[in-house]
Amino acid sequence: MIGNNGAGKSTLLNTIAGTLPADAGELTLAGHKITRKPIAYRSRWLSRVFQDPKMGTAGELSVAENLTLAAQHTGSMSLKRYRHHGQTAAYQELLRPLNMGLENRLTTQVKYLSGGQRQALSLLMATLSQPELLLLDEHTAALDPQTSQKVMDLTQTIVEQNHLTTMMITHKMSDALKYGNRLVMVQDGQIKLDVRDEEKQNLRQEELLSLFSE
Amino acid sequence: MLITSIGQGLLWAPLAIGVFITFRILDIPDLTTEGSFPLGAAVTVSAMVSGQSALVASLLGFLAGCIAGWVTGVLDTKLRMPSLLAGILTMTGLYSINMHVMGKSNVPLLDQKVLTSYLPAGWSLDLQTIIVGAVITGIVMVALIWLFKTRLGLSLMATGNNSAMSAANGIYTDRMVIIGYMVSNGCIALSGALIAQSNGYADIGMGIGTIVIGLASVLVGEIFLRGRQMWVRLTAMVVGAIIYRFLLTIAMGLGFPVDDLKILSAGILVVVICLPLLRNKYQTKQQLKRYLKQIGVDSNATTNSSLKRQAPSEGLLSRDSK
Repeated sequence: MIGNNGAGKSTLLNTIAGTLPADAGELTLAGHKITRKPIAYRSRWLSRVFQDPKMGTAGELSVAENLTLAAQHTGSMSLKRYRHHGQTAAYQELLRPLNMGLENRLTTQVKYLSGGQRQALSLLMATLSQPELLLLDEHTAALDPQTSQKVMDLTQTIVEQNHLTTMMITHKMSDALKYGNRLVMVQDGQIKLDVRDEEKQNLRQEELLSLFSE
Repeated sequence: MLITSIGQGLLWAPLAIGVFITFRILDIPDLTTEGSFPLGAAVTVSAMVSGQSALVASLLGFLAGCIAGWVTGVLDTKLRMPSLLAGILTMTGLYSINMHVMGKSNVPLLDQKVLTSYLPAGWSLDLQTIIVGAVITGIVMVALIWLFKTRLGLSLMATGNNSAMSAANGIYTDRMVIIGYMVSNGCIALSGALIAQSNGYADIGMGIGTIVIGLASVLVGEIFLRGRQMWVRLTAMVVGAIIYRFLLTIAMGLGFPVDDLKILSAGILVVVICLPLLRNKYQTKQQLKRYLKQIGVDSNATTNSSLKRQAPSEGLLSRDSK
């Protein structure tokens, strides 16, 4: 999803996630009516990666504890111990493909990680619960170009591997054209362009830019 | 003097632990303390006067504190009030409730058995106090260490640290905040119950300054014992409460009148807030010096231009001439 600042991209995303109440209309997610449900309830079926790497992780908690929180979006009031045997090995297995050395830093507090590491961890956490919908809110915007590319590649891999329905907001035309099989352009709170599959693949950056300036 | 401080400190320790839960885990400065502490005392003493055993009465005090915490929690989360205001409202309301519970502003215990009376009468009062304090504080600590090993405890910590992320991961953050307030104020009221039994009376004014005492104990404890594990952090609270009592005892020994203890408490709090800041500053400076030495740069030259770095001896002079 692309669009100017103030076009309504984030508003739409926040309404789906539950941080903004819907004024009118209905929200249905995987067959569940969620229009008036709290954020925590919606999280059973959806996950979200924030723009700010600090937002998606709990800095005071360790990498392992963050993963535990993300692994299951239900039972957060359970009185069972949250540490299990074999957990460490399982988490290391999860973190190794990120190629960031996080598998050796399970007990490190997340606040000591770099922005790129934190965002990669957020992404992994968001996909752990196998959500029906993954929301990405300009999740590479706060990273340097190299890290941004790395996180984007990682996103592509994870989304494809897990067959996740994903909605991504971006300001990068190139990313919008390169990734995904549907492109929606929003302007003044309305959908201005909605192309899929082949039609999207044939779309060129110049055409898109000309639409912006109109 | 030290022995008395240990005993008194152990009775005050649940207060420090309670303040720690809201202040450190939930990241909320909770002023309900000033009302829930005397509430615990009032409920316990009234229950004992009307014939309940000390143990049941203390438990009732704890539960009353939980209810006070629930009220603040609901004001904070469901009614979206700033947490400071929510605490102030509950604290103010509790003054009237405490008066109603006690019927008058001071209720003395007459010949009722307090918790220390269950111990052999031959033991000294200090030893009895230490044992009762240690047992109760021990129970509170074990319960909390267990709590923070459960998923609920992890959810509590996550909520205090990053509530947006917690909600996005399926945690009902409002509930967590309310539970935190309840546990915290339960502990604080329990401390009030113990102090009332130790003093032999409940007084409407005994809550004044307790938030300062609690915060100071938390910060003093963290100066002496630092760690990430919950048992270390909770032990630090107990140590903090004891040292704080010790400091007050010393001050009283120096001849400060009782009326001046409040300003002394406030002074201690100011000092313990500043101390870690100064220590950090000093440590950073030392680290920088060591690092610069390692890479072979004169520390006086770093803030100057590269030209001056070549001649560090002139660095000092040139600064003088500016």
